[in-house]
Amino acid sequence: MGVDLPRLVGARVARREDPRLLTGQGSYVDDHRPARMLYAAFLRSPHAHARIARVDASAALALPGVAAALTGEDIARAAKPVRAESKTPSVKTTSFPPLALGKVRHVGEAVAMVAAESRYLAEDAVERIVVEYEPLPVVRNTDQALDPASAVLHEDAGTNLLVAREFARGDVDGALAGAALVVRERFRFHRHTPVCMENRGCLADYATGNQTLTLRSSAQCPGLVRDILSDLLGMPEHQVRVIATDVGGGFGAKASLYPEEIATCVMARRLGRPVKWIGDRREDLLSTTHAWDEIVEAELGVNRDGTIVGLRAQVTADIGAYSIYPWTAAIEPVQTISFLPGPYRVPTYRGRTRGVATNKAPLGPYRGVGRPPAVFVIEGLMDRAARRLRIDPTEIRLRNFIRDEDFPYKSPSGIVWDRSSFTGSLVKAREVLDYESAREEQARARAAGRWLGIGVASYVELTGIGSAIPVSPGMPLSTGTEAATIRLDPAGKVTAVFGVASHGQGLETTLAQIVADEVGVPIEDVRVLHGDTEVSPYGTGTYASRSLVLAGGAAILAGRAIRDKMRLIAGHLLEADPADLTLVDGRYAVRGMPDRSVAVRQIARAAYSGARQLPKGLEPGLEATKFYDPYYGTASNATHVAVVEVDRGTCEVKTLRYVVVEDCGRMVNPLIVDGQVHGGVAQGIGAALLEEIVYDDHGQLLSGTLMDYVVPSACEIPMLEVHHLETPSPVTLGGFRGMGEGGTIGAPAAIANAVADALAPLGIEVAELPVSPERLFRLIGRAEGAKR
Amino acid sequence: MVTVRLKVNGVAHEGRCEPRKLLVDFIREDLGLTGTHVGCEHGICGACTIMFNGEAARSCIMLAVQADGAELGTVEGLMRDGKLHPLQEAFREHHGLQCGFCTPGMLITALDLLRTNPSPSDREIREGISAVLCRCTGYQGIVNAVRAAAPILASGR
Repeated sequence: MGVDLPRLVGARVARREDPRLLTGQGSYVDDHRPARMLYAAFLRSPHAHARIARVDASAALALPGVAAALTGEDIARAAKPVRAESKTPSVKTTSFPPLALGKVRHVGEAVAMVAAESRYLAEDAVERIVVEYEPLPVVRNTDQALDPASAVLHEDAGTNLLVAREFARGDVDGALAGAALVVRERFRFHRHTPVCMENRGCLADYATGNQTLTLRSSAQCPGLVRDILSDLLGMPEHQVRVIATDVGGGFGAKASLYPEEIATCVMARRLGRPVKWIGDRREDLLSTTHAWDEIVEAELGVNRDGTIVGLRAQVTADIGAYSIYPWTAAIEPVQTISFLPGPYRVPTYRGRTRGVATNKAPLGPYRGVGRPPAVFVIEGLMDRAARRLRIDPTEIRLRNFIRDEDFPYKSPSGIVWDRSSFTGSLVKAREVLDYESAREEQARARAAGRWLGIGVASYVELTGIGSAIPVSPGMPLSTGTEAATIRLDPAGKVTAVFGVASHGQGLETTLAQIVADEVGVPIEDVRVLHGDTEVSPYGTGTYASRSLVLAGGAAILAGRAIRDKMRLIAGHLLEADPADLTLVDGRYAVRGMPDRSVAVRQIARAAYSGARQLPKGLEPGLEATKFYDPYYGTASNATHVAVVEVDRGTCEVKTLRYVVVEDCGRMVNPLIVDGQVHGGVAQGIGAALLEEIVYDDHGQLLSGTLMDYVVPSACEIPMLEVHHLETPSPVTLGGFRGMGEGGTIGAPAAIANAVADALAPLGIEVAELPVSPERLFRLIGRAEGAKR
Repeated sequence: MVTVRLKVNGVAHEGRCEPRKLLVDFIREDLGLTGTHVGCEHGICGACTIMFNGEAARSCIMLAVQADGAELGTVEGLMRDGKLHPLQEAFREHHGLQCGFCTPGMLITALDLLRTNPSPSDREIREGISAVLCRCTGYQGIVNAVRAAAPILASGR
């Protein structure tokens, strides 16, 4: 069957969500203000670790306009505690109460909540709540947390070591003992936080008449939140509706369940009135999940030609005060150790990982999850080995990549990589940069006394994960499927509904492109709905670079079901064999007889006009719901190359050029792919050079404003040169590979390697990120002092 | 409670609020113009940027009472006759927005830049829009959009 419409998949289609977002007509949580709504505010702990002796909210309740106050004990009577379970025996399950119960475990933890007639009043009231704290010793870092004499955060766990896992392949000790060269480093990837421009917020409304709960939330995973709220609040799922239409950025930060969502629901149910909480930036920096914060001690053994013989590593992650739902405290430390071997053939491996509780905000998923630190480590080791062996850094990678003939390749941690373009992306990146010329320019710059460096980082990321693998290691919840419901109405227009949710990725556009192609209608006739559990088929949401793979696959299946049925109806109407029909200009015509045709609109009308209009036995209607499970999932890969200059006076790192050659399989919309890479790289550059969450020894957050937690502005980000390879995934419908995170995975390593390359004449290695001007000043001072 | 009289996008409004009410809250809650967003409430992120008597200003670190008698411009006022403003068109064409949360402040800031510098260099565009933080786009689409819109706006004035 021919289709005359131009294929939309692969085209740079302008985004369909843009007109409303450009004109101030978005539908973010804070834009909603139903009648009788109350505003909530939370009292947050000023202590990092303390027992709560008493909470007295009577002075708050005495303020006119204050409707109610809730404490941890009030919530405990109304909702079950959150427990992020794991199937891994060595991962300890701990509780995360919506409001602190008995004790507080980090500064900024929610202790009490007020609902009042205005936000201003709610904040006044919160200040009147009296809490008596009995301070406990503060667990500042992982070293201290693992000391048997240290205070324990979760008494029921009996230890601060909440996660311990090991992955091994072969005799790594023997391999390293026999290696021509072993390079070692203690890498430190400091604590970061995603900083979505929209702070977290939610609006709960409980209808007492029909006992339904509606929660609007700045959530990436409305389905997931619906499921767990139903469980915690003891309400059937079909009476809980979660809506997240427009969300101001997520990056993983909004993928977890948050205490405020539960507390706001409890408050709304108790009062029978809508209750809205909108976090401010201070609350966001204090209580939205932080990221990465790991120490990785790693050793890489290589032969004289640079080929890897073994990798041995230990990861220690500071997972903060709580294990977050549903991903658990294992998500960051286990992902890091799982992905450490990168796109390389690593014959022997032993990776140990630990997740350790401290009195800081909980660690959660952030763009890349585990892989930004993992790639920083493996790519740092590759460069160290190359320098010692005097092999070009691109050459040592080419000698070690998993080769085309090796696919499918099982990594030492058990992940199977399908056909990818590891070698191709590096070769192309060298070409784009004109690598030899760049090296010559570097030599001239060095001769002139400038600190110019070139850094390379290659990576592979697991994306679009299906039901075979838990998205977070050990997580019992299966998230391997998504669905699409596609409906062609009697007027011939298409509504496509998804359980995934878009918060900037442009899924309303990319999914519409796929649906339009599959159904065979113009994109103008397709409307995509998402982010509302009441209208969507069962699904969880958007995270882990899964949405285009899973929802796109479901869209293909449902779209084809609609198209196949349209063809049967068209055949009936035209009294022709459906196989002889061709779709031209919005009409199904008998092949070779363009006069015998019927419009999509007529077919749609017939579909709803009863049995006489339809082939015998065909069910009326044009609607299909299809689920898709990619089972193992797929992978994206890329090579990043950064050219940087370190200012000799200020130690500021300027990124002069930045090249990305990425492969996300078949591209649905190159405009959007580019945008995802740009944004990801900018976050990676921020992570490498500027951003750092800092606590003092008392567990007080020092980076509590955007003056202190420095997000890159336009001046710190260069023009990025993004190029694509398109190796369709052999294992997903449509050949798509997920690609939302990669920019952030490659950039920290590329920048770190470029800075180290710039400072190689001084013998400086970069083992700590962010490599801020202050850290560089110290490194350079020490190196120059040693030289003198 | 105090009375605040002002013009927003050419339309006269009057409201009563507490003297401590932030201008951005007044715009969003009292006037119902939710296009202007609140991102940090300490004057860094720029999501709340509006036109205040013809110049870009952060409405999260001003009080509503300070705007008494002022003329404001917000993102809702950019469309003309149901059509996107050329800068809005350019943002769409060059993928200058993703989640859209910083976008209203970014548009107002870029308009203010182009008002004072009708044909900025890339460096000047970056400096001009550095008053607004965007976490999604890496700024590339925004820089491209502002560069593309500059001659269109210049020819229209």
